[in-house]
Amino acid sequence: MKSRKFLPLAALAASATLILAGCSGASAPSSSGGIQVPDIAAASEVGESEGQVNIIAWAGFVEDGSTNPDADWVSKFEANTQCKVNRKVGATSDEMVQLMRGGEYDLVSASGDASLRLIAGGDVAPVNTELIPNFGNIVDGLKGQIYDTLNGKSYGVPIGRGANVLMYNTDQVKEAPTSWADTWAADSAYKGKVMAYDSPIFIADAAVYLMATQPDLGITNPYALDKDQLAAAVELLKTQNGIAGEYWNDALKAVSSISSGTAALGTGWQVVVNLAQADGGPVKSVLPKEGATGWSDTWMISSKSKNPNCAYKWMDYASSAEVNAKISQNFGMAPASKLACEGSKENEAHCDTFHATDEDYYKNVWMWTTPVEQCIDGRTDAVCTNYQEWTKAWTEVKG
Amino acid sequence: MTLLQTPPDSAAPPVHSTATRRSLTDVVSRVLYVRPKLRVTALLLLPMLWLGVLYIGSLALLFITAFWTTDSFTSKVIPAFTLENFAEILTQPAYQATALRTIGIALAVTLVCMSLALPLGLYMAKVASPRMRAVLAIGITLPLWAGYLVKVFSWRITFSAGGPLDWLLAPLGMTGPGYGTAALIITLSYLWFPYMAVPVYSAFRQIPDNLLDASSDLGARSWATVRTVAIPLLKPAFIAGSIFTFSLSLGDYIAAQFVGGKTQVIGTVIASNINLNPPLAAAFGIVPILVVVLYLFLARKTGALKAL
Repeated sequence: MKSRKFLPLAALAASATLILAGCSGASAPSSSGGIQVPDIAAASEVGESEGQVNIIAWAGFVEDGSTNPDADWVSKFEANTQCKVNRKVGATSDEMVQLMRGGEYDLVSASGDASLRLIAGGDVAPVNTELIPNFGNIVDGLKGQIYDTLNGKSYGVPIGRGANVLMYNTDQVKEAPTSWADTWAADSAYKGKVMAYDSPIFIADAAVYLMATQPDLGITNPYALDKDQLAAAVELLKTQNGIAGEYWNDALKAVSSISSGTAALGTGWQVVVNLAQADGGPVKSVLPKEGATGWSDTWMISSKSKNPNCAYKWMDYASSAEVNAKISQNFGMAPASKLACEGSKENEAHCDTFHATDEDYYKNVWMWTTPVEQCIDGRTDAVCTNYQEWTKAWTEVKG
Repeated sequence: MTLLQTPPDSAAPPVHSTATRRSLTDVVSRVLYVRPKLRVTALLLLPMLWLGVLYIGSLALLFITAFWTTDSFTSKVIPAFTLENFAEILTQPAYQATALRTIGIALAVTLVCMSLALPLGLYMAKVASPRMRAVLAIGITLPLWAGYLVKVFSWRITFSAGGPLDWLLAPLGMTGPGYGTAALIITLSYLWFPYMAVPVYSAFRQIPDNLLDASSDLGARSWATVRTVAIPLLKPAFIAGSIFTFSLSLGDYIAAQFVGGKTQVIGTVIASNINLNPPLAAAFGIVPILVVVLYLFLARKTGALKAL
């Protein structure tokens, strides 16, 4: 029973790996029964507005001015298209995947670890890029990703990418840190004041640190961990649990912790730092020398969408250089559109800060990917741990 | 349901109008009169549908899900029959520790609420002036009007580093407990205190004053009176209140996320698995159900539920 269940999975993983490894072109999914990418038709035209669109997105992607009066690109969209935007903020990729299964959301801003699961589960439909005039002009690093061309179909409209940075409270941490060491070491000076992200995917952050500090383990990709490597990462995470004060997955909770100094330092998103600074909190961020995990996000449309016209209008609107620049500047990430880096001093400065076109910078950032049995680092003699195992390990870490 | 509605009057010619109308209601009432079982069924159909289908039904579905499995890649639920989820919960130390910790927290919250409700109930029922009593009664119930999240978040701010609690304790050279189990117990005790205080207070009011007088006539000091007279009489109220405080604490997970720091409770484990492994979450969700059933069983044995 078990082995038969995994065969098609492995095949799927293999085909996914081929694409990940950069072999572009259509790769037929396994047809040996079992799981394959469901054949879902893309929309052929954009018609009348349905009057609303339901979006599940990361905090800061869909803003109507209620969180921060300066961040508002929803109002204009609503006025232009007569589509009312109903936003739900997702805290983790896993939550987004689960909510997209329900079918009440039209769009999701999916990170790389969610997108593949959504495609394989048949929860999202391919995107007809011809209906999105603003599609294109994508920076090199975001081209040819797995959700761009799976079986020759596009599944997502890129939004941007960024790293999970090390944020710190400048009142507590006097000297700007350059390494993740203080968040992992058992004898850290910030015992009880370390923050970590509350999701199994955070295991990859431990793996990134191990890559830099324990080369003997032979980790070459933090999302391809065999049993021993996973055990080492879990060991490190358990050490961290001893010095951790909090695990967060709600951006506003993270803002309150890092601003008030309840947490001194820890994993965060630039948007958390931006929100904290906007409230006058003494918070800064840095990309440590060991590198970091990160994410590249795309808009994806639900295969059960009830408001596809408004959804397409949103995808097009959000891909325009102006709005893409606003989203990426508000969230603190590199925009997906090259044009979002032009047109104003502010845009250029932002793209410099976030290395939008600097591929060397992103060599050090490991984009979230769903771990599968097939080792995506190219090893053929090892079996890697899948996300279920990561989930179980994560429960164990938190104890 | 339809039996409870008399059919609308038909627009029959008004020749025998009274006769037809009477016959319609008559028929219904006659049928119901001679069949008591049908009468009861019609009366209870709606509430039983609610309880049986929506309430117990969803619990049953949850229980069934616990035997299912998930696709390890897409984490979609696959109907199958497996005992793996239960094996996982019983063998993985993290789950056992979480379950025991949660039960411990729920018991601690219950104890805190009891020890606060006893003196408060005594004062309100036997000492305070009617006006003071009214003020205190309002004070106990007023927080129930505030939103749950508002209350939890205000405790989060209270316990934050350099927050109000640290500021209050600073002159004493102490600091607050910070986020963790202690903060969680305090927050939950605050949230569920009215559910304990109200029954204890009403039970205190029912204790005749002459019992307390007799006790002191016979030479008992105040604590002895409370211990030997009041507490035995209050036991049903304590148990009734503890059912609330215990079961509500057992299921809470939002407070744990906001003030518990890294403390994992049953609720947070279920919440984090609900997205990734619903069957495992369902299996773990059965644990608090079993604990509460056991608790109710023990409460019933004491006879306290008869007083409810």
